[in-house]
Amino acid sequence: MDELDVEPPLTLIPGVDSNRKQMCFAWGPGEMLVYETLFPKECAEKRPGCPNIFIVRKDQDVYSQTLRKLFNESHGIFVGLQRSEEELAGKSRKAQLVRVSKNYRSVIRACMEEMHQLAISTRDPELQCQHSTQVSILSAMELIWNLCEILFVEVAPAGHLLLHLLDWVRLHVCEVDSMVREVLSSENPSKHKDFWNAVDSFVLQGRMDDARHLLSKEASANPTSMGMCKILDDLMKKMPILSIGNTQTLTEMELKWQHWHEECQRYLQDGTFASNFHMESICKILLGDENAILEKKELMTTWYHFLVTRLVYSHPTVKPVELRFYAQSSLDLFLGGESSPEPLDSILMAAFEFEIHQVIKECSIALSNWWFVAHLTDLLDHCKLLQSHNLYFGSNMREFLLLEYASGLFSHHSLWQLGVDYFDHCPEYGKVYLELHIERIPLNTEQKALKVLRICEQRQMHEQVRSICKIMAMKAVRNNRLGSALSWSIRAKDAAFATLISDRFLKDYCERGSFSDLDLIDNLGPSMLLSDRLTFLGKYREFHRLYGEKWFSEAAKLLLMLMTARIAPCSFWMTLLTDALPLLEQKEVIFSAEQTYELMRCLEDLTAGKTDNQKLQVDDVETTKVEILRLALARNLARAIVKEGTLEGS
Amino acid sequence: MFVARSIAADHRDLIHDVSFDFHGRRMATCSSDQSVKVWDKSENGDWHCTASWKTHSGSVWRVTWAHPEFGQVLASCSFDRTAVVWEEIVGESNDKLRGQSHWVKRTTLVDSRTSVTDVKFAPKHMGLMLATCSADGVVRIYEAPDVMNLSQWSLQHEISCKLSCSCISWNPSSSRAHSPMIAVGSDDNSPNILAKVQIYEYNENTRKYAKAETLMTVTDPVHDIAFAPNLGRSFHILAVATKDVRIFTLKPVRKELTSSGGLTKFEIQIVAQFDNHNSQVWRVSWNITGTVLASSGDDGCVRLWKANYMDNWKCTGILKGNGSPVNGSSQQGMFNASLGSANTSLQNSLNGSAAGRKQS
Repeated sequence: MDELDVEPPLTLIPGVDSNRKQMCFAWGPGEMLVYETLFPKECAEKRPGCPNIFIVRKDQDVYSQTLRKLFNESHGIFVGLQRSEEELAGKSRKAQLVRVSKNYRSVIRACMEEMHQLAISTRDPELQCQHSTQVSILSAMELIWNLCEILFVEVAPAGHLLLHLLDWVRLHVCEVDSMVREVLSSENPSKHKDFWNAVDSFVLQGRMDDARHLLSKEASANPTSMGMCKILDDLMKKMPILSIGNTQTLTEMELKWQHWHEECQRYLQDGTFASNFHMESICKILLGDENAILEKKELMTTWYHFLVTRLVYSHPTVKPVELRFYAQSSLDLFLGGESSPEPLDSILMAAFEFEIHQVIKECSIALSNWWFVAHLTDLLDHCKLLQSHNLYFGSNMREFLLLEYASGLFSHHSLWQLGVDYFDHCPEYGKVYLELHIERIPLNTEQKALKVLRICEQRQMHEQVRSICKIMAMKAVRNNRLGSALSWSIRAKDAAFATLISDRFLKDYCERGSFSDLDLIDNLGPSMLLSDRLTFLGKYREFHRLYGEKWFSEAAKLLLMLMTARIAPCSFWMTLLTDALPLLEQKEVIFSAEQTYELMRCLEDLTAGKTDNQKLQVDDVETTKVEILRLALARNLARAIVKEGTLEGS
Repeated sequence: MFVARSIAADHRDLIHDVSFDFHGRRMATCSSDQSVKVWDKSENGDWHCTASWKTHSGSVWRVTWAHPEFGQVLASCSFDRTAVVWEEIVGESNDKLRGQSHWVKRTTLVDSRTSVTDVKFAPKHMGLMLATCSADGVVRIYEAPDVMNLSQWSLQHEISCKLSCSCISWNPSSSRAHSPMIAVGSDDNSPNILAKVQIYEYNENTRKYAKAETLMTVTDPVHDIAFAPNLGRSFHILAVATKDVRIFTLKPVRKELTSSGGLTKFEIQIVAQFDNHNSQVWRVSWNITGTVLASSGDDGCVRLWKANYMDNWKCTGILKGNGSPVNGSSQQGMFNASLGSANTSLQNSLNGSAAGRKQS
């Protein structure tokens, strides 16, 4: 497959003089920054230049309101196709694929219709131009897709092939009907300047009944030509056509057609229509006379209309493999060497030649976004029509195109969600592309972060989950929202960060004497075990709750346990012992003798642990605190011993 | 491509670097006017300058963002021989209303004796780490062990490259199969034949960075260098900006068991070379999936390079100044420069057929 050498598209940056300065750039997730600068940087002198930084984007279509519907609806069709029953074989599978193809086309048409409405309703000439352009492009896409459906998905055999192609031409080419309406609504239809054009157009499109209807107007208006009209009408009526569901074989059809052809020939040679130029011309067309058909170029407007007309009247049982020869000669004859083929022509020609890869390649070049080629290629891949290559980017062309398309969606603030499903169905690189793209999604709000998280969790993307939670936790810490930070750390299973935040909570408590985010801490549950510091925070809060609800002995037990089980960090012991004071000073004895001994041991451990240096630096407040504690503990011990030594009751 | 917006940068001198943050919603710019500016993107897509401050006592060459896992952190490097780490402080509420934020200097790295030409944060899986390179030919790697205390950075490695360094690039691969790796480019102009791209790899055994490879074929001054994001490949891709654009692949061959233990040997191949910029290429950089390379050069253009599905690299776009002066009116102009030439050709051919081909 030879490469097409296409000039890379040029984008102009206003205000920058590329002759005198250079440009530099920076990549972002969805767009690029471009600015003017000078290299080498050391010899830069102050020169007035372009003061602006430019944001440059690639996927402009992603930002179009109307196309968004196209993306959304085609996404549904795509996902449905991937999940569809592969077990269906043969005819039912083909029928299913044809249905999918028709669905895609109806989505394109709906979008086209909406765009058209926008174009005719807007007053802004620039917008109107833009919308009209879009309509043309969508129309071209539908034209190409329709042809691909007939040739590659439907795989119409000889006979049916021509019927489908006729439908295709009728649908896409010419405004015959508007011309006909004008003619019919006039006083004397057969005298209208476009009358014979209308008849010719019908004949060229094989619409015999419509042609006959018009012809009858001529017959009634012009008695002298009634004879000729009747004969022509008869010929048109008798023309053999293969209809879907007809049980004729091709050979039978060919035979009938041959007879009919000969009959037409006889009438022509007899000079039956000699006096009426128009009817003679029609008869020639019926006989498949190339020159006669070519004379109606202006009515047919395209070479592919010419192709189909030729086939209808010279070779209606054309086989798919024979198409390419007729197509090439039709194009040559139609253009007549006076103009050269345009991109659309090349694409259609490649389709007639059954060069699927060529079709896709040329479409990729001609169209500005990947939507069309990605979906079409995927469908053709499901029809098992694409050879597989072993590739560098993406395992094959289908995947390559889907990856390109989905990547483009990620630059949009809500369409990225569609992109996720496309990546899911790219077996080779889908996962890593998703990883790279999804971590770049801006987490402006909690809801968005949770949405992204859910997607990552569903796909076991653990590293991305951890990273997103960490980013959110960090943001919360910076804004001093400790509760939020803590819950993100827990979700990230980030023990180190949880410890850090717990320390902040505790520090805050020491400074202010109260906790923030009580709800969160009270309901930690098993996630408390994530880090030791977090466990302590939870348990410490529990101590305060017990104390507040006057469950003094439970509180006391818990407090002691926090120190003896080494859950509390040493730095906090002083605070805990100070918290014990009110319990020691209660009227009734709360700490038992045993517990009091433990507390004393803790206090001694704490003070003994300090070095001599530190002892010298200990200030008065510290010393007083320790003294008060010692006193309170001693007093409690005395009361406890007495209480425990006394017999309860008698 | 099309120009979506223009922003009046408002620097008083040449801009040397701009950098998007990880999510593309903030950007930083630095200039010869010795300042750094930070811009934020609002909900409706407008960009506002939320901070502007003097960062150095010389031209600021590069500015770069740390990964958001470490908070809002920037690093800048300058002609004044220093690199600095900045952290954003969440301001008072009235500052927020005015849309301003404050950035404080966390640390100044003063080890270099010459202009610091590049500064780059390491991939996030390595922790909060950055590398600088200087005209004195030394690459320095610093680490902040406590991410909550950005004033403590320690110099972990000093790599002497023997040539004046202009650029560095960390290998972004977080795969356990790859050791940390950093590529260094030199723009040394002296007429010796020393290769201008060196690749250093971290050795787990010696706990040092050792030279793993030099790209012998690159003998002209190198202005920029960039590893591509790794898409789960077993090999690495490196782009080099020198007198042309070059793209190399580095395939790990086997771990040689030398006395220093465990250094990887690479098979180096050049997969693309483009001289369309006519003379020097000054910057190269990859997009986030590593599928498109952008380069800028002496011809005043920015070019985009992409491999198609057959693995052939081609130029897929050119950005060029149109030379006309800008009417400095609106700050946030919306442009729609072109729908793309290819686009209109398809439209034309369809319109042509509908309207009827005009015969000459």
